[in-house]
Amino acid sequence: MPEDIGFSGQETPRVGVYICHCGTNIAAVIDVKALADYAGQLPGVVVSREYKYMCSDPGQALIETDIDDHELNRIVVASCSPLLHEPTFRRSLNRAGLNPFLLQMVNIREHVSWVHLDKRAATEKAQDLVRAAVRRVFLHKPLEKRRVSINPNVLVVGGGIAGIHAALTLADAGKQVYLVEREPTIGGHMAQFDKTFPTLDCAACILTPKMTTVGSHPNIRLWSYSEVTKVEGYVGNYKVQVKRKPRYINEDLCIGCQECITACVYKEGKTPDEFNVGLSKRKPVYLPFPQAVPQKVVIDRDTCIEFKSGKCKKTCIEACGDRLAIDFTQKDIFEEIEIGTIIVATGFQTFAPERNPFYGYKRYPNVYTSLEVERLVNASGPTAGEIVLRDGSKPGSVGIIHCVGSRDINTNRWCSKVCCMYSLKLAHLIKERTGAEVFNFYIDMRTPGKGYEEFYDRLLDEGVHFVRGRVAEVSDWTAHPSEQGKLVIRAEDTLAGFVRRIPVDMVVLAVGLEPQKDAQQVRRLFNMSCSSEGWFLERHPKLAPVSTFTEGVFIAGACQGPKDIPDSVAQAGAAAAEALALIDSKTVELEPYTASVIEDECSGCKSCIPVCPYQAVTFLEHEKKAHINEVLCKGCGTCVASCPSGSIRQNFFEDQEIFEEIEGVLAHA
Amino acid sequence: MKYAYYPGCSLRGTGRAYEESLLAVLRILEVEVEEIDDWNCCGATTYLSVDELTSYALAARNLALASRQSGEIIAPCAACYLVLNKTQHYIREYPTIKLVVTRALDSIGLAYQDDIRVRHPLDVLLNDVGLEKIAKKVKVPLKGLKVAPYYGCQIVRPYSTFDDQRNPTSMDRLLEACGAKVVHYPLKTRCCGGSQKGTLPEVGLDLIHYLLSGAVANGAEVIATACPLCQFNLDSFQDESGDRHHPIHIPVVYFTQLLALALGAPAGSFGLHRCLVPIEPVLSEKEIAYA
Amino acid sequence: MDLKRTVKFEADRDPQFAHWVSHTVGGERIRHCLQCGLCSGKCPLSLYMDYTPRRLMHLSREGFKEEVLGSTSIWLCTACYACMVECPKQINVTHLLYALKQRAIEEGRYPRRFAIPVMSRLFARMVHGAGRITESRLVVQILVRTAIWRLLGMSKLGMALLRKGRLPMSSEHIQRRKEVATLLDSVAATRKELAI
Repeated sequence: MPEDIGFSGQETPRVGVYICHCGTNIAAVIDVKALADYAGQLPGVVVSREYKYMCSDPGQALIETDIDDHELNRIVVASCSPLLHEPTFRRSLNRAGLNPFLLQMVNIREHVSWVHLDKRAATEKAQDLVRAAVRRVFLHKPLEKRRVSINPNVLVVGGGIAGIHAALTLADAGKQVYLVEREPTIGGHMAQFDKTFPTLDCAACILTPKMTTVGSHPNIRLWSYSEVTKVEGYVGNYKVQVKRKPRYINEDLCIGCQECITACVYKEGKTPDEFNVGLSKRKPVYLPFPQAVPQKVVIDRDTCIEFKSGKCKKTCIEACGDRLAIDFTQKDIFEEIEIGTIIVATGFQTFAPERNPFYGYKRYPNVYTSLEVERLVNASGPTAGEIVLRDGSKPGSVGIIHCVGSRDINTNRWCSKVCCMYSLKLAHLIKERTGAEVFNFYIDMRTPGKGYEEFYDRLLDEGVHFVRGRVAEVSDWTAHPSEQGKLVIRAEDTLAGFVRRIPVDMVVLAVGLEPQKDAQQVRRLFNMSCSSEGWFLERHPKLAPVSTFTEGVFIAGACQGPKDIPDSVAQAGAAAAEALALIDSKTVELEPYTASVIEDECSGCKSCIPVCPYQAVTFLEHEKKAHINEVLCKGCGTCVASCPSGSIRQNFFEDQEIFEEIEGVLAHA
Repeated sequence: MKYAYYPGCSLRGTGRAYEESLLAVLRILEVEVEEIDDWNCCGATTYLSVDELTSYALAARNLALASRQSGEIIAPCAACYLVLNKTQHYIREYPTIKLVVTRALDSIGLAYQDDIRVRHPLDVLLNDVGLEKIAKKVKVPLKGLKVAPYYGCQIVRPYSTFDDQRNPTSMDRLLEACGAKVVHYPLKTRCCGGSQKGTLPEVGLDLIHYLLSGAVANGAEVIATACPLCQFNLDSFQDESGDRHHPIHIPVVYFTQLLALALGAPAGSFGLHRCLVPIEPVLSEKEIAYA
Repeated sequence: MDLKRTVKFEADRDPQFAHWVSHTVGGERIRHCLQCGLCSGKCPLSLYMDYTPRRLMHLSREGFKEEVLGSTSIWLCTACYACMVECPKQINVTHLLYALKQRAIEEGRYPRRFAIPVMSRLFARMVHGAGRITESRLVVQILVRTAIWRLLGMSKLGMALLRKGRLPMSSEHIQRRKEVATLLDSVAATRKELAI
């Protein structure tokens, strides 16, 4: 009886129970009429109905009318998963003037009608669940959603094409953007490419205008050669610490004339140039590439003599002259900024083909990765756009091997999405520049984007050999005189049905994409999840690809999964739009499922503090009590369970509410 | 620690030099071994094609016998190494096989021990003895003798845990510790054909030819092997292969023979004279004392 | 012109064979095969096969029993495991080849005097009798039954090996020979009991 159980409201409980047919999804298995009748005779239930589609407008109207007519003060809806329609029915309650949290939903579809075949047993189970819900809902308390304000500033992490596009979109919308990039220049991997598929647009030509706009945009604070070191706070109110590494160049004074580089005591570069993927060497003072933004040189302290011995002639300072831009006393600067939303666009790295020793990378000098060949092809690369072998001669034949590291349980299971297209592009460029015979070894030709199949069509005309077969080995042992001095690619030509040995001068490995080396550290910094492969996890793969499970943190570009430039830009725009939606709504509502500490009962044992995945629980030193920040709390319940004295409670999941539900289910047992 | 030693049938026949040199090396390095009492044939790859279940029972008899003597078995023959490992894996993975084998062993008064480790000499020499100790005991440095290290297939794949399955280097490192120069040999794990030379001669000869020519093309003066069938194939058919392709002559020895030589084993005790293609001329030319 | 008509109707497929393939040891992941061709590319024997390992995988899982059990591939495989180690779908190619070999021997699907099954049988007989293999005797036995004229050709090699002490003529055997027979009986009995 309601008196025994207790009721959280003022008067007696007046419950309305609504059983949904969901067409035949529920009604075909559960006897909905019997269920409604059963519910109608439970203590406290005033109204009990069954209806074809409760989520429809008339269905919702039923609830609203009943609340009015019968003065209902608690509602139970037995239908599909609350993940689908809990908000719908809460809005109904709200419209009828009832607190939306005085609703309990029962899942009799995914939990009953969709998983059981025995109709009688299913109906009985549904009865148990409805009974439990009715008992529980007596104890529901009215809860209020909390609103917090949103700081309009945005942090964009990563200055590749995705980060650049997101930053520009937000800056153009009038928001203050902080763009933090780890390398001394923005541009990411796209800056390394020569031409892009399928249009064969020059990458630098389309990228550098955007880069310079970023560099000069009044709303963008560009911090290159910097990293995010600390993130605290919650949606709309983040406090972030950024470490700006010393370039040993005063950015305000440097004009990018590069005289210091020419004058450096190193006559030639000795350090493998990172931008040229190790194909050339650079000096300790360098500009990553001619169109770098910011157009300022940087001194690498790990290779500069002045830092090793303190006794360098410092011809660089001499060459800089009156500008006085070089400053060896610079130190790390830690900036503290306040922002409301974060977009993480940290990009990808390529698969290291040494992991597949049978492709001969690093064993045979003329085996290259695709990224290395991009630099060869690029006019501002180490060979001024000439595709040559290590000894400088032109290749007469080139083999391009698809799927290196991808689609393979032994390395990376996934398909890296862009390699077929860039392999076709490289085939085209290599053939154009060298006239060599080009062989592409593929398993499937994946060309799904706009204009991609047409690009493949174009390649087919150009006389490139397409051999369908995953390459088994690249080696230099010969089985035929024509193979002397060449690299032999052995693969089964599956379309022809026999094994082929194809001698080539140069091998290009189409390496796949993988998460960055430090992806795990980065994601923990921003409190994001990742997939089992290490890509940052989106909230929903179809319907929420750019938001994460942490409110206010968005992801864009290849850090979410391998993708090409059009998709990266699209995601960047989407992330910017979602950030703007949040900012422009001025405040954000937080779900009230938060936990709180009953101070009198807290013994100060600190068990709850380390278990919180959101760092919402802190210890108040003075009071010696735990304290939960309501705004950071996501209502996961871990601290509630961990408290040995049971002094943490959680809204909507109070102990009594749960016990009532259990009692209700077991009542007939 | 004493290891249980499982020679296998080949080491008593064509692979005699392997046993002689291995035991010589182990003696010098003070590794104690004891032959498994009354060991039987492991079945090699042949029996597996006849009746798998029985082959596991036969192989398991050796595991059970060995476990009475030691917790570790040294199995130099590649096929034995593979079969014993496979037997262990399959007994662990498939309850039916475990049942059949346990009962069979029980019927002859033996119990199956799951924790016995099957090791290859390369593994024991590299990991238990160590390169440092071996290098210290070298009496006859191999003076940059150019060796093509030929692993073959069954030591490396699929059960090897002591070396990289796609690019093994254990033999390379052991030979270098003795002063040899290991040449680039991309065919080092390519199958020699096994028994195909006997059953399908043309196929066998082709495979043998590639291995020989690949070694010579990279300047090798000798090929070092770790499997009796590989050694037999590469050693015995150089004339026949020469008739079919082009003449190549290069001595083929067991890696343990080179080790025994370097460690100063008494002349004649490690079977150098048993090779069909003599290695003595190469050693003389390089002034490496073998007698 | 010697024309051959090749079209495969569904009646030409053997669903039971296909079922056996995907449930036998080695065939567990056969449905995952993408037909990438890496196995054939790695296999040093694939040059000689009528159906490359890749084709054999597909034919097996589809149930084209005649082609599969009549192929040269299953006899050419030396179990070097090169295919299995690299297979991007971790398909147990070698183990499946073993299963196909056993099945072919069981069903007598091989030419008369074909050396490989002859060798397998003689090998097994010697192991059952002596517990160990004496190589010299085994080779002679095989050649006598399959290609006796080659015995003469091999005599030169035989003499050389004999001179080098690598060809013991006396038979190798274990002490407790009866144990082999007991083992075999036990296996047979358990098999019968488990109906496998």
